[in-house]
Amino acid sequence: MNDVPLQLDDSALRIQELAYGLKVRDVMTRKIFAVTRTCTMRDVQTIMKNNGISGVPVVDDSHVVGIISMNDIMNAFVDGCMDDQVSRHMIPDVQTLSDEVPVTFAMSAFSKYSFRRFPVVNQKNELVGIITPRNINLALIHELSRQLDELEDSGVHPDPNGEMPVFHRVYRLTRYDFEHAGRASAELKKQLKARGVSPKLIRRAAISSYELEINVVAHSHGGSFTVLIDKDRVRITANDFGPGIPDVDEAMSEGFSTANDYIRSQGFGAGMGLPNVKRVADEFEIQSGVEMGTMVKAIIYLEQKTVGGNAI
Amino acid sequence: MKISEIEKLGFTCLQSRFEDVELAGGYTSDLLSDVMANLKEGQALITIQAHKNTVAVASLAGAAAVIFCHGRAAANDVFDAAAKEGLALFSTPDNQFEATVKLANALRT
Repeated sequence: MNDVPLQLDDSALRIQELAYGLKVRDVMTRKIFAVTRTCTMRDVQTIMKNNGISGVPVVDDSHVVGIISMNDIMNAFVDGCMDDQVSRHMIPDVQTLSDEVPVTFAMSAFSKYSFRRFPVVNQKNELVGIITPRNINLALIHELSRQLDELEDSGVHPDPNGEMPVFHRVYRLTRYDFEHAGRASAELKKQLKARGVSPKLIRRAAISSYELEINVVAHSHGGSFTVLIDKDRVRITANDFGPGIPDVDEAMSEGFSTANDYIRSQGFGAGMGLPNVKRVADEFEIQSGVEMGTMVKAIIYLEQKTVGGNAI
Repeated sequence: MKISEIEKLGFTCLQSRFEDVELAGGYTSDLLSDVMANLKEGQALITIQAHKNTVAVASLAGAAAVIFCHGRAAANDVFDAAAKEGLALFSTPDNQFEATVKLANALRT
């Protein structure tokens, strides 16, 4: 059974990109029906019936301590335990999702686990929402239609200032395909040259882009890679489908590497990639969820007014 | 010292479609991330990594030439990629140390 609308790794790149752009926070249901440990199974059943839902988190001081699904209710009913406290029937150790991660992490989680919903928590680990495959479907359709509208509008009104058009391209990266890694970076370099960007900035953009491309190829199950160049900046986003980084701080420290012999034989895996990118980029962001994926974003400003000290 | 003069050190030119400019020095490394971070524009890269990714890294980092050591054989797609980027390729039976010494001496005179 798979309720997720699409498998990430073989869906259209634009759809992947769209899903990476949305955060769990943007699509989750904010109206939550939660119960405390001392409520009875009958209370939960009433809440489910009245609100048409099939799963209710159990909270203790806003923290998720368990979840009750329709299945648990049925079992309690069969066993004649409907007046028991939920703490006796709930599933403890609930897998939650952070509200800040990309929707794709949630999609990976839905295809990995058999759960039909995930409680969503904020940075303080407090319950702030619920996400189901339905939330994702609706959000994707909504976002797709918004972007199509935008596309139609931009076709009618071309850029009036005669500036270089925005360059926006998404590339697919495959595990261990070192052969094609570097494609996006070569194109990025060409585009920046054509725009008359200074060699120093081109170099910084190229370093960020190439290291991130290699990272996806060398360390992930594959993913997508997006380059966006507009008037002010270059934005490079690398997204993959996992396995995720257990300790991001460790991965960010120079010399740390999980590369195997094959990767090393290719001249990579020195543990310099991510630190290199962070050093040359004006803005750097990394998010990772084990079994869900990793997203790295690097931005280089084309007008070096506000940021100094990053030149190499 | 011009790129074409690298041949005078006994190195074989593998790819000759390049602009024959002055070399800005050299950088010796087999770690491509290190090359990416530290090689300076216009330098020659001395390495044993004779594959396509080396060409990609060298060209993105702005190397003027790449010298493959230990007589490592490179595949045809390496030459094609380098020709497309206008990157000079050389080969030598020397190891990285010997090749570096030769180039450094030549650059000094």
